Order: sequence, then structure tokens, then C-alpha cells
Amino acid sequence: MEAIDSKDKKATILLMGLRRSGKSSICKVVFHNMQPLDTLYLESTSKPTTETFTSLIDLAVMELPGQLSLFEPSLYDSEKIFASIGALIYVIDSQDEYLSALQNLAVIINYAYKINPKLHIEVLIHKIDGLSEDFRLDTQRDIMQRVGDDLLDYGLEGVQVSFYLTSIFDHSVYEAFSRIVQKLVVELPQLENLLDLVMQYSGFDKVFLFDVNSKIYVATDSSPVDIQTYEVCAEFIDVTIDLDGLYEQSEEASRPTKCVSRLQSGSVLYLHRMIRGLALVAISSFGKDDPRAENPNVKNAISIIDHNVNVFKKSLETMWEGSRIR
Amino acid sequence: MAGSSRKKLLLMGRSGSGKSSMRSIIFSNYSAFDTRRLGATIDVEHSNLRFLNNMTLNLWDCGGQDIFMENFLNNSSNASSANNIFTKCEVLIHVFDVESKEVSKDIEIFQRVLKNLHQFSPEVKVFILVHKMDLIQVNKRQELFDIMMSKLQEIANEYSFKLTGFATSIWDESLYKAWSSIVCSLIPNISLYEQHLLKFNDVLNAKEIILFEKTTFLVISSTNRLISMNREDLDPKRFEKISNIIKTYKQSVNKIRTNFTNLLVNGLNSSIYLDVLTSNIYIMIIMDHSKDFDQDLGVRIDDQNLILENVKVARKLFERIEASGR
Repeated sequence: MEAIDSKDKKATILLMGLRRSGKSSICKVVFHNMQPLDTLYLESTSKPTTETFTSLIDLAVMELPGQLSLFEPSLYDSEKIFASIGALIYVIDSQDEYLSALQNLAVIINYAYKINPKLHIEVLIHKIDGLSEDFRLDTQRDIMQRVGDDLLDYGLEGVQVSFYLTSIFDHSVYEAFSRIVQKLVVELPQLENLLDLVMQYSGFDKVFLFDVNSKIYVATDSSPVDIQTYEVCAEFIDVTIDLDGLYEQSEEASRPTKCVSRLQSGSVLYLHRMIRGLALVAISSFGKDDPRAENPNVKNAISIIDHNVNVFKKSLETMWEGSRIR
Repeated sequence: MAGSSRKKLLLMGRSGSGKSSMRSIIFSNYSAFDTRRLGATIDVEHSNLRFLNNMTLNLWDCGGQDIFMENFLNNSSNASSANNIFTKCEVLIHVFDVESKEVSKDIEIFQRVLKNLHQFSPEVKVFILVHKMDLIQVNKRQELFDIMMSKLQEIANEYSFKLTGFATSIWDESLYKAWSSIVCSLIPNISLYEQHLLKFNDVLNAKEIILFEKTTFLVISSTNRLISMNREDLDPKRFEKISNIIKTYKQSVNKIRTNFTNLLVNGLNSSIYLDVLTSNIYIMIIMDHSKDFDQDLGVRIDDQNLILENVKVARKLFERIEASGR
């Protein structure tokens, strides 16, 4: 709780929801992995000077009782909390009866919005692993509809609420958290721009800037994210780290970790370690019809990619240096 | 290369001891989680697995319920039945559930199996897998395994069989170690592979070279095993771990409906090259870059193209060895 009180922390995430909706599990899964990302952002690329917080993400788990009447009083210093946080994540258990959760959500939004209109409000429709494929979208539509109606009743039609379908048993919760984290870090456009450039000049299909330990992507290029590509890229990090770890004893050498894997479809998976626990992971499909695939000079393509990525790495370093000086 | 290329493997053990789970993980790319879906095996399930092209593993997965067991053991006593389970066996893999309540019954069945084998195929190699080791506390595992093995060896002495035992679990890499040893005992021209692998190692001056079978990723041979230099600096379980990592990777790239052809990892001070060697074998070369400074020439040799060219040359040789075994 002290963490929330300190005024410096701009990007605190507050995780709320009815009991047993899965908040603590999400914390365990994500927050555990989040630590490297925290350390990454305290010194790494915290470009704007306003960012003086010591960690990027603070998940304060606030257990809410099932009855909303208990929320209203100032039991906790809720006004201060809502004023200090950057995002509010509300977790809804999609396998349970969610009507009371929606009422609760509407009250919270109403309350929080008055205190802090800039708050990002994120709704996790959680535990979707138990629902069948077509039922998921029905549930999402139903929840979105009801939340919209509720907000209209409170006269809050302008409030932006984002919805995510999540489950901790697949990558969806990472995906959701990646997006939420990205919303909070306002200096991301620079990173995204850089990644766009890397993608264009290297012939990549998709580029992610991953935090190696948490599998949350800090930034990606502006093309839409395909969950399968994300999963493959995230798992590719594991492969590289695990294999490399088996034969690595000393840490002093300064060769960069790099990993290239060619697939039968002609695609290439590419990983390059960046500064401070970050890694650039990219997939490029020199597809079958692409002349580069059959070309014996595909090695040259890799060399060009290497060069481009090194340039990107340098700019990342400069960004980090710049943020430290200020 | 004479000798029948069809190998009959018996997979036996009491009901619920995990026989079919093993088979599915090693030969059918199941993950450990997926094995929950497997039901009881009825009677005998045959599977024919091509291994290294010239070898067909004829795996008889024998259902372990008492009624089937009695059936196998009694029918065999009248030697007239042509499709006797115990004739022409090359390998018996007997699985013991470490958590089993009726240990004496397990052992009794094992004894009867041995008796039958002694009669019908006295040349059989016997492997014992003490399975589900993950359910036992870590500090008690070795002790328990030793007791079990000495007891079983006593019984086997009666029929002059020599037992090879492994403690296994589907949740870690011990399963790969056990199956790798089992399968290696069946490869006829293994000495040829080993001989040429050593030569190849001399050429490359690699830290280690490992050969894997393509579909199962079981270790066939490695230079380290042959030179028998005690590299205590390296993880003794690394072969199994690699098998495990690469199989996970294989499943991961299956999500984008493809397979991988090679994987190059440039680590801090060693590089790993995984590539196709023949149509059935993958080769993994680990180069140590802390030693790659050539004193005579005064240059660093750090050329992956050189290594890949060497693999290309070696490919022809190993293809011939493979063909000669047919």
C-alpha cells in the first residue's frame, strides 16, 4: 500500500474484481514474470523526464467483497489510490454469473472516473479457457453491451473501456498485459517507429521487443499482432535461453546472443539480445514464392538483418543513455 | 549389414503404470499433459515405428489389466499358438509404477513374464523403468530405486537375464534418457556412426557433437560419450534436456503449420549448430569460442559458414552409412 501512496508512481496498475475472479492468480503468473520488466524500465528506456517511478508496474491487489455497498466508504484511502494509478484492471469471471460483477464494475468506474478521468479502464473477461469457442464471443458481446448500458445510466458515455478475453493457461493474459503496459508507457511511439523501420528494411513480417524473462512484449511494430506468431516468438526465447544455458559457464565474454532458425515453410525466426534483458524477436517469411528463399544468397539477407538490428540496438542504447542523463 | 531390421519390443507392466503415456510422448509428440486423455489399452496395441530408416520398431503395448495379463501369460504356455506374444522378442521394457500398492503382485507378474521370455526368446534384452518417480520425494528417489533394482535383479538372476534400470517420469527429461538407451541398444551399425563422428569431431575441433534421431529426438550418439573425457563442467543431463527443448520447439513451430530445418545459436562463448544431417538424423555441433583463437595464425576463427560447409560434406558420408545398414 505504501507503494501507491508515493506520488512519484505514475504507472500503477490496480487490479480489482469480485472475489474468486482470479486476481491473485493473474498476479502470480504475470507479476512474477514482471520483475525483469520493472528493472528494465527504471533505468532502461524511461525517456520522458516525468518518469521517476522506481518500477513500471505495481500490481496492488485489492480484494473486493461480493457486496458493492462495502466499497463506497473510505475504508481505504480510495480517493488517493485512484488518483495515483495509471490503469484499473477489472477482472470478471466469465464462468460464473457475472451480473453482480458488472454492477460492481459500473459503480467503480463511476467513482474512479470522477477522481481520475485519465484512468485507463481495462476489463479482463477471465477464465475463458472453460468456455467453448463460439460462446466466448457471445459472452464478450453481452458483457460489453451491459457495461455500455450501465455507463449510460450513470451518464458516463464518454468513458473508454477496453475488453480482453484472458486465461492464465495460454498466452492471452500475457497478450492483454502487454497491451495494458504499452498503453501506460507514453514514450512507446519512438520504439514502435524504430521497430517499423527495422521491419521494413529487413523484410520481417513481425518484430517484437520482448522482455526475456517475462515474455511480455514491450513494443512491437504497427502491424496487427497474430496470437500464434506471438506464441511462437515467445517460445523461441525459451529455446534459445535454455539451449544456450546448457553450454554457458562464464558471463564475462561479450559476444551478443543471437539465434537464427530456418523453418521448412521458408520462414526464418530471428532473435537478438538487446540491452538490459530485452530481446528482439522477429519472424520473416521469405516465403516459397519469394526469390530470396531459393537464392543461395539468403545468408546475405541475414547479414543485412544483422546490420539493421545492430543499428537498432545502438539507438536503443542511445535512448537509454539519454534518459539516464536527464 | 545382416540381421533382421524389424525389432519387436514388448512394453509391459501392470495397469495404470504409464506405458501408453510413455509411448505417446516419445513416438507421437504428445505433451505430458495430453496423456491424461489416454484410456486403458485393450489387449495389445501394435505400433510400427520407422527409426533411422532401416529399422522398424514393432512396439507391442500390452494392456496391463489383470484379465489381459493372465491371458498373455497363460496362452503362451501352450507353445503351439503361432502368434505368441513372447516369441522373437528383442527387447522387454517392463514398467513399474513406483506408487503401486501391490508391489508383490507386480513382482510376481514380472517373474512370470521373465519365465516366458526365458522359454521363447532367451536372447531378449530386459529394461526396467521405475516410473512416476516425480511422486516421490527427491531425497528418497535414489534409495527407493536401488532397493527396487536389487530385488528385481535377484529374480532375474534365476533366468540369467541382466537388467538395465532407469528411474523415469513423464514430467522431466529422465524419460528421454531411458528410451535413448533402449533404442541405441538396437541400432546395428552404431559403431560405424561413432567412428565417423569422432573423425568429424577431429576436423571441426568441436566441444561436442551429438546425433539425434529426427522424429523422436532421441540421442543416438555423441562424441562426449565416446571419448569418455570427464567433462564435469557440463550438465550431465544435457542430452535429455536438449531432446526435451527441441521437441517443445518442434511443437511450437507446428502452430504456424511448419517444421524447422536448422537452428543456430550464438551464445556468449559457445555456438550451437543444429542442422539436418541425413533424412533421419539431426546433428548438433557445439563449438567453444573461448578457445577459437588460433595461436599460429593469430586470427579468430568464427565462421559459421565454414561449419555449415563441413556439415554438408559430412552429410554425404553419413548418408552412405545409413544406406549401408539397410
